[in-house]
Amino acid sequence: MSKENDAEPKIVNRRAWLKLFGAGAASGVLPLGSAAAEDSAVAGHHATHAPAVPVDEQVPVYEFLNGDEAAFVEAAVDTLIPADDVGPGALELGVAVFIDRQLNSGYGRGDRMYLQGPFMEGTPEQGYQLRMTPSELFRNGILDVNAYLRAKYKRPFDALTNEDRIAVMTQLETGQIELPTVPTAIFFNLLYDLTMQGFFADPLYGGNKGKASWKMIGFPGIGAMYADKIEAWRNKKYMTEPMSIQDLL
Amino acid sequence: MATKLKPVDIAIVGLGWAGGILAKELASTGLKIVAFERGGPRATNPDFMAPQVHDELRYSRRHELIQNLRKETLTFRNDPSQRALPMRQLGSFLPGEGVGGAGTHWSGLHWRWTEWEHKMYSGTVAKYGKSIIPADMNLQDFPVDYHELEPYYDKFEKVCGTSGKAGNLQGKKIEGGNIFEAPRASEFPNPPLTQSHNMVLFEKAARNLGYHPFPVPASNASRPYTNPDGVALGQCHYCGMCTAYGCEANAKASPHFTVIPLAYKNPNFEARTNAYVMKVNLDSRRKRAVSVTYLDAGGREFEQPADLVILAAYVFGNVHLMLHSKIGKPYDFKRNTGVVGRNYSYQSMGGVGALFPKGTYFNPFMGSGALGTWIDDFNSDNPDFAKVGFIGGGGISSGSNSGAPIARHPVPPGSPRWGAGWKKAVVETYHRMTAVGNQGSVMSYRQNYLDLDPTYTDSFGRPMLRLTFDWQENEFRQMEYARGICASIAKEMGAEQVLSRRERGRYSIVPYQTTHNTGGTVFGDDPRTSAVNKYLQCWDVSNVFVVGSSVFPQNAGRNPTGPVGALAYRLADTLKDQYLKRPERLVTV
Repeated sequence: MSKENDAEPKIVNRRAWLKLFGAGAASGVLPLGSAAAEDSAVAGHHATHAPAVPVDEQVPVYEFLNGDEAAFVEAAVDTLIPADDVGPGALELGVAVFIDRQLNSGYGRGDRMYLQGPFMEGTPEQGYQLRMTPSELFRNGILDVNAYLRAKYKRPFDALTNEDRIAVMTQLETGQIELPTVPTAIFFNLLYDLTMQGFFADPLYGGNKGKASWKMIGFPGIGAMYADKIEAWRNKKYMTEPMSIQDLL
Repeated sequence: MATKLKPVDIAIVGLGWAGGILAKELASTGLKIVAFERGGPRATNPDFMAPQVHDELRYSRRHELIQNLRKETLTFRNDPSQRALPMRQLGSFLPGEGVGGAGTHWSGLHWRWTEWEHKMYSGTVAKYGKSIIPADMNLQDFPVDYHELEPYYDKFEKVCGTSGKAGNLQGKKIEGGNIFEAPRASEFPNPPLTQSHNMVLFEKAARNLGYHPFPVPASNASRPYTNPDGVALGQCHYCGMCTAYGCEANAKASPHFTVIPLAYKNPNFEARTNAYVMKVNLDSRRKRAVSVTYLDAGGREFEQPADLVILAAYVFGNVHLMLHSKIGKPYDFKRNTGVVGRNYSYQSMGGVGALFPKGTYFNPFMGSGALGTWIDDFNSDNPDFAKVGFIGGGGISSGSNSGAPIARHPVPPGSPRWGAGWKKAVVETYHRMTAVGNQGSVMSYRQNYLDLDPTYTDSFGRPMLRLTFDWQENEFRQMEYARGICASIAKEMGAEQVLSRRERGRYSIVPYQTTHNTGGTVFGDDPRTSAVNKYLQCWDVSNVFVVGSSVFPQNAGRNPTGPVGALAYRLADTLKDQYLKRPERLVTV
């Protein structure tokens, strides 16, 4: 941890989030970075379908996460996939909203997991052996991380500087922080997987707003038929305005 | 207390490819047939309609079409000294659920196994002597050879509209097809699918190295097709969403729209969905099945009397029902005796990643489940086992299956897993990464088996099935040998960087590998080493038959669906031509 932590906590709060979010989506064009912004098809598509300033864009309403948890998730996804010149970040694409909804879904509540006991510790090859659903695990993991950070640095994860958030996330990834309730690796991997899923999934689920991650990597979305293209486009860059499920309904 | 129902003639457990084929083929008998499917009904419309079916999160990550572990799962351990623990989340393999079973969400690789792959024991001994077989390897033959199954392989390909190119037509070798395949009576019903860029590079590289590339036989129709049953298949869109998904175009052959609707046309056929078969009930002498007990969606218990019971569930379901119903002697690994649960096997998925120079575009999102170019030069019995130090082989290939980005956003090794550096690496890598894969055979071993777990029960209160499995030296050697070949092909293709992991870790149930589980109710000529005879009839209980890859004595280096379908068609003929005329033991020993 760097010494700046002793200074006043830098709070990346929901106002900042809104500012970031509003800067892009509210104007109808996502802050995609220079390469994507020059794509006239992208701008054109949005310009024709979205009002210049949608009045109904609001603060995301979380179904599952409480205020502390929401602040953690927003800061965490922003750390895992930050916005930069290469492309959009997870926060502005709605990944925190995605995670919230997933945790509140059948998946989050473990509806297809075997959750009967007895619960015993196994080998890594035997996989997940805890009694917690993904939602319970996630909630306990946040409590664990923030309790650790409050004890050590007197502030929760979302109140750390960007540099320190990266340092803490690295310590979680490499298991240098031992959490009391939830095994660190299991919590980190759940947070990581959900962040990646929210970033790359169909926008139907609340993340990947504007299909911006698809545009960033050059994935043309779904619904395309390539029977007459697979040969013609061999070793050529193929890119169209990506289509999502809602675009095609 | 179970409600006892009016007797029927035939009960079929499981309505995937095997159960679906039998349900359709047995219609001509005029007998009353009931099929039980643990999952719900499925039809292309409304279940697999676009655009909703193109949902990577729902199907590929949340496993909409896969077995619900909350209801039943299995326990797992690597070796018999460990305590097995439940598979609480899906990972290594994805058994299907619902009408059509895994046939709705398979990729479509549709193989005939080679002559040696039906006779792995005798074929190996003839060439190398018995001493080449490790002491713990339970190597066994199919009790039928390729030539006996050929008409059924042929029939199944025509039903599925398989796209491919023959390499051995009635003994005549044909360049461009698989010259190592066993002789086939006829050409594939459809021409090969169109190759992607990486496949073109693979084909050229393989030829340069002296190998014999050919298009993977794909039950993804390369053109509109009507099968001999009059069922129409659409042309594949190359949408790259086959594996784990249903197909809205009916281009990927699946039992839910081919054989099963034809079974429904039979007024004597009924399918009961959301029906979990708990047990096959035997008479007091334990020589005859009298009924099956099942639960409906509401948990109500029914007893369905039947004269003939066909187990056509997934591998684990067949073995579990046999053990739980006490049909056949359970396998005892300590003494290597007993048969039910014996010879469980799997498959290895390895190979190398291949990163190409900037400016290369593989367009991975243009693909199809079985779209690939393959070589068999190191598969089947083509390697010299004495020289390479292992028995078996692997199919080596490059394909274009899916570019859906939750699962596929590769970065070169050494890249960060997250943060700004990760994002940069993803963007730079997405289009120029491909793979050369090895699909390795896995032999069966004394210490790899299935039995009942002493501790854990499923949601119905039955002891769970317990899986004991680990990789063995023979398989590590195959994987390592094949990895070297894969790397040399990737280099020849022009890869800038060949990405390879050299690990000899234990088998893990956590990451997805392949849904090619085999064994546990092996068929054979010797009742001491097989659970069912060559006609797939239980040795001890002559009115119970078992079909599916649970009857394979070990696993080849290619997908199992072809022989599963062929064996189901053959079983239908066995029942119609022999058993139903004289319902008794078809083999005496």
